[in-house]
Amino acid sequence: MTIEERRKERLDRGIKVRTDGIYAIMSLRELSYLTMPRLVLIVGLLILPLVMPSMYWQRVISIVCIYSLLALSFDFLAHFLGLVSLGGAFFIGTGGYIAAILNTSFGLPPLFTIPISSFLGAAICTLLLLPCLPLRGVYFAIVTLMYPLVLARIIEALNILGGTDGIYGVASFANRWIEQYFVILMVLLFLFGMRRLVNMDIGLVFRAVKDNDQAVRASGMSITFYKAIAVFIASGVGCLGGACLVHIYMWSGISQFALDFSIIPIAATVIGGAGTLVGPVLGCFILVPINELLRAFGTFRILIYSLILVAFIVFRSEGIMVYGQRKYHQFERWVKI
Amino acid sequence: MNNQPILQVQETTKAFGGVIAVNRVSLDVNEGEILGIIGPNGSGKTTLINCITGFIKMTSGKVLFRGKDISGKPAHKIADMGITRTFQIMRPYYSLPCYKNLVIPLFSPRAKRTGGWRGGGKLGDRDTVSIDILEEIGFERDSFVPYKIASTLPTGYLKRLELARCLAVKPEIIICDEIFSGLSMSEIASMVPLIERLQMDGITLIMIEHRLRELFRVSNRILVLNFGEKVIEGTPEEIMADEKVKEVYFGSEEVEEVMSHA
Repeated sequence: MTIEERRKERLDRGIKVRTDGIYAIMSLRELSYLTMPRLVLIVGLLILPLVMPSMYWQRVISIVCIYSLLALSFDFLAHFLGLVSLGGAFFIGTGGYIAAILNTSFGLPPLFTIPISSFLGAAICTLLLLPCLPLRGVYFAIVTLMYPLVLARIIEALNILGGTDGIYGVASFANRWIEQYFVILMVLLFLFGMRRLVNMDIGLVFRAVKDNDQAVRASGMSITFYKAIAVFIASGVGCLGGACLVHIYMWSGISQFALDFSIIPIAATVIGGAGTLVGPVLGCFILVPINELLRAFGTFRILIYSLILVAFIVFRSEGIMVYGQRKYHQFERWVKI
Repeated sequence: MNNQPILQVQETTKAFGGVIAVNRVSLDVNEGEILGIIGPNGSGKTTLINCITGFIKMTSGKVLFRGKDISGKPAHKIADMGITRTFQIMRPYYSLPCYKNLVIPLFSPRAKRTGGWRGGGKLGDRDTVSIDILEEIGFERDSFVPYKIASTLPTGYLKRLELARCLAVKPEIIICDEIFSGLSMSEIASMVPLIERLQMDGITLIMIEHRLRELFRVSNRILVLNFGEKVIEGTPEEIMADEKVKEVYFGSEEVEEVMSHA
């Protein structure tokens, strides 16, 4: 068959009943078909710290998990709310500084600083972002990009919160196992939690805001209110990552407002597959270790890094997970036209 | 039922810069009636209902709903009071299956308060209720149609889905913006009884329409707009007989056809 005469026919596997979300499972095989991917992910993440060759790579896993939290928050906002957020650095910085202040000035242990800074940081971020929530378009992206730059300059110029030196002497986690398993469990919790959330009724409202905000208003719901809830959730996840990061590094400084935290999650989302939530996590687990491996090349690594990104955008712009899910859930075959 | 009109629009004006889209239009809508609004393209029909429903801010004027001033309130507050609308350009929630489209209005504060359409929001889960609504509005329950992703549906179903989205919040007034446009004759023929049934359910309807024959059949009163100003208001018979309306629609074949049938 030549190219003109054939097309690819795609058939769904016959375990879905009419719609996404209702499955008819008839055998253990079908059950394992659904549970295996999830199991592989969970078990894989949990044994990851055990198989790492050195403490350095164990530390990398923790950092990867923090980027994963940011990527989750980006994917959630971008593909379920329609808000493109460049605020990874903003969330990390806010959460990180709050955790550092709570720990050094008030003496709270990480057990308390992490939840408090997640909620307090989320509240602060949501409040600061509130003015641009009723607007459509690029404003949200611009404002989220602006805040980390502004906050870093303010801390620098006024020499508050440790100034350019940052806040030293933040308590670390009790040991490195607790540190790693805590961040891994947080990634798993928010990955599955967000997947559940976007399929719940309130999650449908979020997705409706993305598709058609006017119709949501016409149904008597304030889109600003629902956007604020979603931004609260997303920035809370980001601030949690920031708080963990501060306790891992035992230091909080203006480098936590670095744009890396905004850009790498977006790159990871491109590679992993937008809108899948698990894709961005996977993307982080590919990108961040590559970044570490290439550290030997110095600044030259940016070039290699960019090439990987460009290759993905050109050859697999849908991302790994979207491609993988399609291959997994559907049969494909060539049919003659 | 008292005799006070359910919706009073008083001297509404909307100016976009120097262009006056709606100029001092007043109208009363009585409870339970169907009011048709007609007029040539660009005569300010959609702008008028955008003003009423709060999607754009009117330059001056007042809108009273059951005697209460609602002008200047945000769109979602007005919808929450029971005035819902369909959109001329239908944009369902494309990425969601059809029945999930209705979960969103059923989740709204108004639907939670009133129980949604026929109280179903309080009785069952929202998925079940939304399929009930879809069946009532002309989706076949046992077919695949209600479960399809909304972006794959044909226009006829999308128009019904727009109407269903309004119904789900148990509205008092539905404003339909060209609900017949883009439909085939047979699809319109099946929509007309639906509109009549909504009226029997006690819902007040305001319909903007270009399909005059069907509109004249269902509506109790007609309002004609031209260049943003009210030309005439009256029963369909009065409108058909009126000289000024013929002038407004001069050259439009359909009007002449409708007129000749009258």
